Amino acid sequence: MLIKKPSDIPSSEITPEPIYNARRDFMRGAMSVAALGVSASAIDVFAAPTQVVDKDLPGPDWLKKQIAGANANQEKISEALTPYEHVTGHNNFYEYGYDKTDPAAKAHILKPHPWTVEIAGEVNMPGTFGLEDLLKGVTLEERIYRLRCVEAWSMVVPWVGFSLADLIKRVEPNSKAKYVAFTTLERPSEMPEQKSRFSTIDWPYREGLRMDEAMHPLTTLAVGLYGKVLPNQNGAPLRLVVPWKYGFKYIKSIVKIEFTEKQPKTTWSMIAPDEYGFYANVNPQVSHPRWSQAEERRLPSGLLRPNIIPTQLFNGYAEQVAHLYKDMDLRKFY
Amino acid sequence: MPVLGRRVLTFFLALIPLVFIVYKTLTSQLGADPAKTIVLFTGEWTIYFLFITLAVTPLRRLVNFKNLHFRWLQIHRRMLGLFTLFYAILHVLAFLVFILGLDFSRFGKELVERPYILVTIPAVILLIVLGITSTKAMMRRLGKNWLRLHKSIYLIAILAWVHVLMQVRSSYFEAVLFGVILLALLLPRLYWTVRK
Repeated sequence: MLIKKPSDIPSSEITPEPIYNARRDFMRGAMSVAALGVSASAIDVFAAPTQVVDKDLPGPDWLKKQIAGANANQEKISEALTPYEHVTGHNNFYEYGYDKTDPAAKAHILKPHPWTVEIAGEVNMPGTFGLEDLLKGVTLEERIYRLRCVEAWSMVVPWVGFSLADLIKRVEPNSKAKYVAFTTLERPSEMPEQKSRFSTIDWPYREGLRMDEAMHPLTTLAVGLYGKVLPNQNGAPLRLVVPWKYGFKYIKSIVKIEFTEKQPKTTWSMIAPDEYGFYANVNPQVSHPRWSQAEERRLPSGLLRPNIIPTQLFNGYAEQVAHLYKDMDLRKFY
Repeated sequence: MPVLGRRVLTFFLALIPLVFIVYKTLTSQLGADPAKTIVLFTGEWTIYFLFITLAVTPLRRLVNFKNLHFRWLQIHRRMLGLFTLFYAILHVLAFLVFILGLDFSRFGKELVERPYILVTIPAVILLIVLGITSTKAMMRRLGKNWLRLHKSIYLIAILAWVHVLMQVRSSYFEAVLFGVILLALLLPRLYWTVRK
């Protein structure tokens, strides 16, 4: 399969995180000096907050070591990274609550180690594997991708992970395997909302991909972000990243990967099939029934200067993935 | 406590949510999407004040014992109603300035694509009318019609609830909670009306 790369931006043009942060810290310092005056600061205090929290997250040493040794990936984008505190503080992870800040506040209850993943279905090597087995011999990469939420906000996240295709090849799906179904952990003692009576979600959370989507090199299993272990609120220890699809496809805390012949049921399309489809490709021309998808708020978005940018077809990855949907009506298969 | 003291106290208590959100804004504690945080916060407090205002009459009529009664609340109802209007206006302004970026060309599109915004337009207009006609002079001028006009607060409350219900995505908790509270506030009134 030949995949065309978009015109590469030399990595020299991308601001590394420490410099980016240092620059922001400097600006912040300058602002607080200016804040002693009055008028200059009036606008700046409404600018998006910029502080980055540098944390050493709990996790096994072998995983930390493997993440620290990740290579930089080939795909580069010129857009600024969303600061760490927002990537880890603004999450939809309904197992922990419905506010964007709930996962960061509550997900520490989860114990992501030890962790096992069941490989099942139409596959030659089914079984239950420890995280360390899945990652053995895998070279991790830092992959900087845009993340577009179906709710019309977006981020740019430096994930650490590897292509799902690498794992799929190792477990040898058979010829009947047409789809890949994923399941999130169901553990109400550590995921409090799974006990809720008001939730519209039928736990556990489920997602799926068509085989060719799952095999696409952009489709990533992430174990870290910002060069660190994946925080619980971001789906520790193992989550999916499919950059050309809406964020709800990025299933978190995966415990089961099943190869199926039929298209699997997926959580959001079970709740509201007219609003959320199986494919969920980012598409500015296909509106959600309750809001437009033509634009997005890139986070962090300032108050007086909302950071509104146009949404791109396939989230800007059309060159790489459009061929997967060549003869499909994207309005019908949303 | 003398009435004036109670009024001053009510006024400053009702400003606490505003002070809270302004403080959070100035100290950059609103997270990655401050616009949405402020819009949600002011919207929620509009509904809380609406509920508090609507609770005055049932509390006064249903809880009426020698030592425990709410007759003293009646005199503060106007201010509570005006604070409902105040937070509603903050909610609308926050949406127009922080979400729309004052780009009114997007306003029409937003209304069509987000019908949950559309339902709030009559509610906000009515609320403003109720605010304007809340003075003693207006009460005298409108006579009997004043009460008729101000009964539209029930319609406003129902529209506000519909506004919340239409936005439900993954949990009905808030919508159900608000619905139950609203029902508890409106049912006694229905009962009194029917009995008359």
